[in-house]
Amino acid sequence: MLELRKDIFADERDDNLKEIGKGTQRQDMLGHVTGTSTYFDDHKLQGMLHLKVLRSPHAHARLRRVDTMEAERSPGVRRIIRGADVPVNLNTLLSLINFGKDDEPSLAVDKVRYKGEPIVAIVADSPREAYEAIAKVRVDYEPLPAVFDVEEALKPGAPVVNDVYPKNTFVYHDVYDHQKLRFGDVERGFAEADHVLEQRYQMSPIEHAPTETNGSIAAPDTNGRYVVYTSTQALFFSLDTCAKILDVPSNTFHFIGGTVGGGFGGKVDTLTEPLAILGAMLTGRPVRYQLGREEEMQFGSPRGAERIYIKDGVMRDGRIVARKIRAYFDSGAYTRLSSYAVVKCVAHLPGPYTIPNVHGDVYCVFTNRTPATAMRGFGVTAMDFALECQMDKLAHLVGMDPMEFRILNAYRDGDMKAHRREAKNTALIECVQVAAEKAKWPLREEVKRMSSRKDGGGSRAAISPTPLEPALQRAAVSQQRTTYDRAPAAAAVQPPPSAPTPPAPPPRPPASSPSHGATRFSSVFGTRRR
Amino acid sequence: MTKTPLQFRHNGRDVAVFVDGGVNLLVALRELIGDMTPKFGCGQGGCGACSVLIDGELHLSCLTLAETVNGRAVETLDGLKDGPNLHPLQRAFMEQFAAQCGYCTPGMLMAAKALLDRNPSPTRAEVIETISGNICRCTGYEPIINAVLAAASGGRARA
Repeated sequence: MLELRKDIFADERDDNLKEIGKGTQRQDMLGHVTGTSTYFDDHKLQGMLHLKVLRSPHAHARLRRVDTMEAERSPGVRRIIRGADVPVNLNTLLSLINFGKDDEPSLAVDKVRYKGEPIVAIVADSPREAYEAIAKVRVDYEPLPAVFDVEEALKPGAPVVNDVYPKNTFVYHDVYDHQKLRFGDVERGFAEADHVLEQRYQMSPIEHAPTETNGSIAAPDTNGRYVVYTSTQALFFSLDTCAKILDVPSNTFHFIGGTVGGGFGGKVDTLTEPLAILGAMLTGRPVRYQLGREEEMQFGSPRGAERIYIKDGVMRDGRIVARKIRAYFDSGAYTRLSSYAVVKCVAHLPGPYTIPNVHGDVYCVFTNRTPATAMRGFGVTAMDFALECQMDKLAHLVGMDPMEFRILNAYRDGDMKAHRREAKNTALIECVQVAAEKAKWPLREEVKRMSSRKDGGGSRAAISPTPLEPALQRAAVSQQRTTYDRAPAAAAVQPPPSAPTPPAPPPRPPASSPSHGATRFSSVFGTRRR
Repeated sequence: MTKTPLQFRHNGRDVAVFVDGGVNLLVALRELIGDMTPKFGCGQGGCGACSVLIDGELHLSCLTLAETVNGRAVETLDGLKDGPNLHPLQRAFMEQFAAQCGYCTPGMLMAAKALLDRNPSPTRAEVIETISGNICRCTGYEPIINAVLAAASGGRARA
């Protein structure tokens, strides 16, 4: 019997995992300092073509006519891609976890809904030839009224941004136009409070501006598969999204990534891969689609803007007794991840404080701005900015030290949080104490002795009586699917006969029939899903 | 399109290519020579990721027409180490944790090399001034500044 000589390799690992307190070199550092770390654009493939995109100069317009006749004859052009060429030209990123309706086309067909929205993709021998062809595309736009402000977008008669959500709001639990939090009775809290303070906060969109722009290279591989080098932060999420949009089995793709030139959340949206792969499918050649810096700024999604109203009731002794929050997240023209940011935000309310009455309404609103996405703690960051500004103002109002005011209101082990979970392993008090010490900020002795482990629970563990609101009529449970952005089948352009045929899609299961009888409860979204 | 012959020294080695009119040095290096160490970040001279040395002087290769380096010497990060031995700057960047995503690192290293070549013991202010044209969006500037200073003193100790 053959045996592997394990003794040869016995000294390769010592199974000593005690690494804390030691400096350990990063595995990618040598590559970084020698320039050998391989980013997506560092792959040079034989016969590689270049894809560039015609983008809308309007924030909202109907596309009356898109004429690519002259562009098709432009030198170096290999293929022009229109919305009708995209197998499933309507998608929403979180459809992979059954959250939200498909609302965003890969290439706009009937309308554009934000400045920078892609309309036509052109694959050419060089980037320059692709740009020259793009300049020859004639588009007849009918500009439509646009809305750029979240509260304007909710007024009656506001322009409808995205026909999938005609009220300009994402729909939660099939019925609500916002995500709610109800805990106790804020109105009673305000009536009892010594002071009430209401403030408005606004955060602008923030561009991630990674030094490496978004991009990908897709190339035909053996066995009819495609290899995709990509800058994505979400490799398998992107792979699955591409399989859905291109209507092929996910094992059609071999995604290679992981070395990302800065992402910060701005590379989770699968911005370039579907068109790069489609270009490779239609031309049979490697296709590179890299955003320029201006495209990254205009089309690459930012952290979304948020408008936040906070109304607090506080007692003279510094206890906050009621907190009411109304916030509007600017999702831009399509959902992407803002719907999820709202859920995260509401789960975070009212911040790390024990407040007996909390009321939250947070809206995911559609406007004619660049669709927003993830960025470092999205959903929580802007709300925390607003909450902590508010805490300073409240401390000032009751004449307390702002650090001590936070310690007084901080949640402690055993307290009931507004979303009805017991607070455990809390440490805000200790954090503030350490921050005060480092900043040489004087705290009173009795405050220095306070602890997250003491004085929690008891009456602080109670759920105050919460008034019920009239129940809303549930809309039809089945998801509304729309085909408004799909071009009529007759207009579909067939790939040239020379192009390799993508593998045939597998038979699709019936769209809405559950594969089994059980329903599961999603702890992330609080919705029942199959 | 008519192509122009172009010959220059690339990290101490003679290279010759034909370039289209208007092609910049960054594209020539990456796509024609195959040196992927200079990076594309903006194409507008705003980020410094494409920094290279031309005759020892720091330049942005995305704003340099390829034809203008004819007969000159171009240095990139690919030529920084000496065979298998890392340059003191590279060692210092590793030791000081002076890279996160690594995308600005080639430009940072070339800017730092340009400085140390003409001023082996710069002040902190001079290091900051030198890398002021290089954006690190992971905002790891402090370790980068410390690494350049460490390489400067380390180099002096060895000299």
